[in-house]
Amino acid sequence: MATSERVARLRQESLAAVPTISTERAELMTAFYQQDRGLVSAPVRRALSFQYLMEQRTIYIGAGELIVGEKGPAPKATPTYPELCCHSLADLDILNSREKISFAVSPQARRVYENQIIPFWQGRSMRDLIFGQMTGAWRAAYDAGVFTEFMEQRSPGHTVLDDKIYYRGMLDFQQEIARNLEQLDYLGDAKAYAKEQQLKAMDIVAGALIRFAERHAEHARARAAEEKDSRRRAELERIAAVCERVPAHAPRDFWEALQYYWFVHLGVTLELNPWDAFSPGKLDQHLYPFYQAGLESGTLTREAAEELLQCLWIKFNNQPAPPKVGVTAAESSTYTDFAQINTGGVRPDGSDAVNEVTYLILDVVEEMRLLQPSASIQVSKKNPDRFVKRAARIIRTGYGQPSVFNSDLIVQELVRMGKSVDDARCGGSSGCIEVGAFGKENFNLTGYFNLVKVLELTLHNGVDPRSGRRIGLETGAAEQFDTFEALFVAYRQQLTYLIDTKVRGNNVIERLYATFMPVPFLSLLIDDCIANGRDYHDGGARYNTTYIQGVGLGTMADALTAIKYHVYDQGTLRMADLLAVLADDFEGHERVRQMLLNRTPRYGNDDDYADGVMRRVFEAYLDAVDGRPNTKGGTYRINMLPTTCHVYFGSVIGATPDGRRAGTPLSEGISPVQGADQRGPTAVIRSAAKMDHVRTGGTLLNQKFTPQLLKDETDLDNLVHLVRTYFKLDGHHIQFNVVDAETLRAAQRNPEQYRDLIVRVAGYSDYFCDLGPALQEEIIARTEHNAF
Amino acid sequence: MTTGLIFDIKKFSVHDGPGIRTTVFFKGCPLRCQWCHNPESQRLGRERLIRTERCIRCGACLAACEQEAISWVDGQPVTDDGRCILCGACVAECHAGAREIAGRRMTVGEVMAEVERDIAFYDESGGGVTFSGGEPLMQPEFLGALLQASRDRGIHTALDTCGHAPWPVLDAVRRVVDLFLYDIKIMDETRHRQFTGVSNDLILKNLEALSALGSRIVVRVPVIPGINDDEDNLRRLAAYVAALPHVEGLALLPYHATATAKYERLGLAYSLREVRPPPDGRMEALGQMLQAHGLEVTIGG
Repeated sequence: MATSERVARLRQESLAAVPTISTERAELMTAFYQQDRGLVSAPVRRALSFQYLMEQRTIYIGAGELIVGEKGPAPKATPTYPELCCHSLADLDILNSREKISFAVSPQARRVYENQIIPFWQGRSMRDLIFGQMTGAWRAAYDAGVFTEFMEQRSPGHTVLDDKIYYRGMLDFQQEIARNLEQLDYLGDAKAYAKEQQLKAMDIVAGALIRFAERHAEHARARAAEEKDSRRRAELERIAAVCERVPAHAPRDFWEALQYYWFVHLGVTLELNPWDAFSPGKLDQHLYPFYQAGLESGTLTREAAEELLQCLWIKFNNQPAPPKVGVTAAESSTYTDFAQINTGGVRPDGSDAVNEVTYLILDVVEEMRLLQPSASIQVSKKNPDRFVKRAARIIRTGYGQPSVFNSDLIVQELVRMGKSVDDARCGGSSGCIEVGAFGKENFNLTGYFNLVKVLELTLHNGVDPRSGRRIGLETGAAEQFDTFEALFVAYRQQLTYLIDTKVRGNNVIERLYATFMPVPFLSLLIDDCIANGRDYHDGGARYNTTYIQGVGLGTMADALTAIKYHVYDQGTLRMADLLAVLADDFEGHERVRQMLLNRTPRYGNDDDYADGVMRRVFEAYLDAVDGRPNTKGGTYRINMLPTTCHVYFGSVIGATPDGRRAGTPLSEGISPVQGADQRGPTAVIRSAAKMDHVRTGGTLLNQKFTPQLLKDETDLDNLVHLVRTYFKLDGHHIQFNVVDAETLRAAQRNPEQYRDLIVRVAGYSDYFCDLGPALQEEIIARTEHNAF
Repeated sequence: MTTGLIFDIKKFSVHDGPGIRTTVFFKGCPLRCQWCHNPESQRLGRERLIRTERCIRCGACLAACEQEAISWVDGQPVTDDGRCILCGACVAECHAGAREIAGRRMTVGEVMAEVERDIAFYDESGGGVTFSGGEPLMQPEFLGALLQASRDRGIHTALDTCGHAPWPVLDAVRRVVDLFLYDIKIMDETRHRQFTGVSNDLILKNLEALSALGSRIVVRVPVIPGINDDEDNLRRLAAYVAALPHVEGLALLPYHATATAKYERLGLAYSLREVRPPPDGRMEALGQMLQAHGLEVTIGG
């Protein structure tokens, strides 16, 4: 396998391109909203704005490209969404100048914002609306860092496509819409008019995407006419033909299938800026029929298919995540927009889904070594070991991809949440590790929840020791709790109260999006929005799940274990003394800190004492969230992932009873506290498997291996065995960093020489040098499993 | 109740037999190999380990020691061997984990409880438990009970041995050992005595007997540059092994210079400070040379 000269160049250009702020989308949306269209329903208005955008925006076809279309006017020219979040001039200056995850803002762009965008949108964006609607209790908890709010700068999305675009064109969608419009029951259905408006909006956006593709075709034809090189001329003509065919009609070959997906991807991510961009889901299954047919008819070779896939990969990498500021930037500090491509797993009938395209995609992952898209393997017990081993070979190269999921468990999780078996088998993981039924579910992550902060509040009778402000309930002074159970009851009360606060906010925000920001284009793609005549944001999808992500499980387990063990069981430390030591951030109490670190059972060592406490923390969180109704006819669920939020959450918490110093990061995902796991990876896996993963919507386990542990074939086999065993014990997901601390230290000293060093952060990979110093230290501190 | 002296139990052991294993390290060894990478395994008795880099100079050990064996010297706690009775009082108070007693008396039940925790991994990988050391055969009853307990639970067993034990001891356990990892170091008797402290006579006789009786055996050779990596020794060794009726393979284990810190913690001198691990490619070259004898040769565990 090799990359062509074309791919090598496009890849290099993608890597070298500097992320910039493009004001084009903001200007067009502002111009659209400045025109008074009179009384127009929200879905139709959004549809017309999408149509306007697709007709007016710049068309870009880069030299040598085979798959075409960009979110902005050029690679990494990143659009903004002022109707959701209107960046202030100060925001732009921060984006332009901050050391990590910066976006270049030209003087021209700044002027456009100053003169056009800000005067129109300031105080009128969704962000303003959302913050204006939140209660004082919500605001206090948010400011204290108890939870974050995903929707304050980006829209709900978090969903993934199924196979529907591979056999239906936009014209087919329009026909279905027309049939549904004809059948509306204006006599018996009070919602008929609302449905009519929604369906009309969907019809408009389907046409708009066709038009967007036609504009690419026209552009390609014009370029072909001027092209001197006959080979490139033929390619441009082919591009034009492809864009004339898709998305209007169903794709007929591999190339058309990829281009169709890419137009859809651009549609979803330009309509709004949904979290986790958008993903094609089980790409190996979707592409296999086109691949087979192409090989059989002689119109496609493995090399040509590979090159087209590589071109798609570069397209993903050209789109940095929408620029974020404030808490949202802290919780998700990365250019990655979390598109995740699934491979392997099972087919809808439950059989082994690994095919030749699976291996082709893994080849592409290994060759491209790009930040985006993220690739995962979905491992079913039915999949062959050589599939897992193929992935292990890529993992060994130390680039943090692909991540590894338990496909059989994901089916169980989805069925438990109420999906049919067929829909569950068509599901998988998206973003970092969250699960959903692809093409049929609205599953939104709505914010991280700081478990450790709740403990800190409990130990201070509801008051945040950082600010002196009351954030939680008055559950009594910690010194008054006679038993561990009494402390735990107080913790649960605080937890329930703060989850209530978060959920109340969520339920209002869900309605704000449903009312003001319908997404007719995304709705087109997710069953059963057309059949229901309802928007994706308004419960139109077949399944509707609202997730709240718990953060700091390992720190919580160790902190509570330390209290249980030393204060209540052994009597080695009085609560008042512990609180005093924590208030001093261990200054002058190093011996106590060493006792907490080294003379306490800790999560991650297959120690039932500490793991038992972990389970209680997990169960309490599950009880507080799971099963609550959301406003879309669906349900609240939990998952356990942090992205980069464990760093932010740690920064707002003082010293904790596990020996952690004030302000330092919390543990990430369900991984043990960095350095606490001293008994090797099997012990970590056994500890992590003691929680009931089936009752989550995803958990994240990070493992760090030294390169020498994955040296030979036997080592790779053992990695496969390790993964298989974790999954046999019903673990959800595991990912590996294969890089030694020395290399990471060297990268800190000489970032220039390590620009391409990619590490696994939490459910995604990132350039090590793009991470903030606290996160860099946190990754180095993760326990390194060595050969014994 | 049968008990034994164990100095460590390591999980995810992947170089001491097939699959993912747990290795139980016995304390006490009849050999004194100069390259020994587990010096804390040698003495059949508890001993003190000190990790000075962990010490926070809190002085708790001084206060805890009733023998007054510890005193401040240049700002560091220093222990007087003559007074220390290895009671462990200082270890209990050393929260930083700088002081440790190597060697823990454990029952068969305690060891098996640890071993059984990873059964799911053994099942998946074809792994099991490896008894190593030190020399497990120095605690024959305890070893026999552990082997039998493992067999009763269907756990694959490997015995990592230097082979230096009276034949009846080996004979008593061989039926419950699924795989022997049998170490041979030097063929020349005089040099063997020079570098390990004992003759290789018994070791070779035991190997011949085991092999004749059909035990499954992998012969392992630690390759120590300048001591036993000469062509003459390795060729003799390979010819000898090839002539045995029943040996499944020969594993060459490259020398690691990882034990220096351990010697320091024990307060022992390490005589091989100057020896460096075999250079890249050296092990592979030796492996190819030995394969010519018709042996299945692997590098590493």
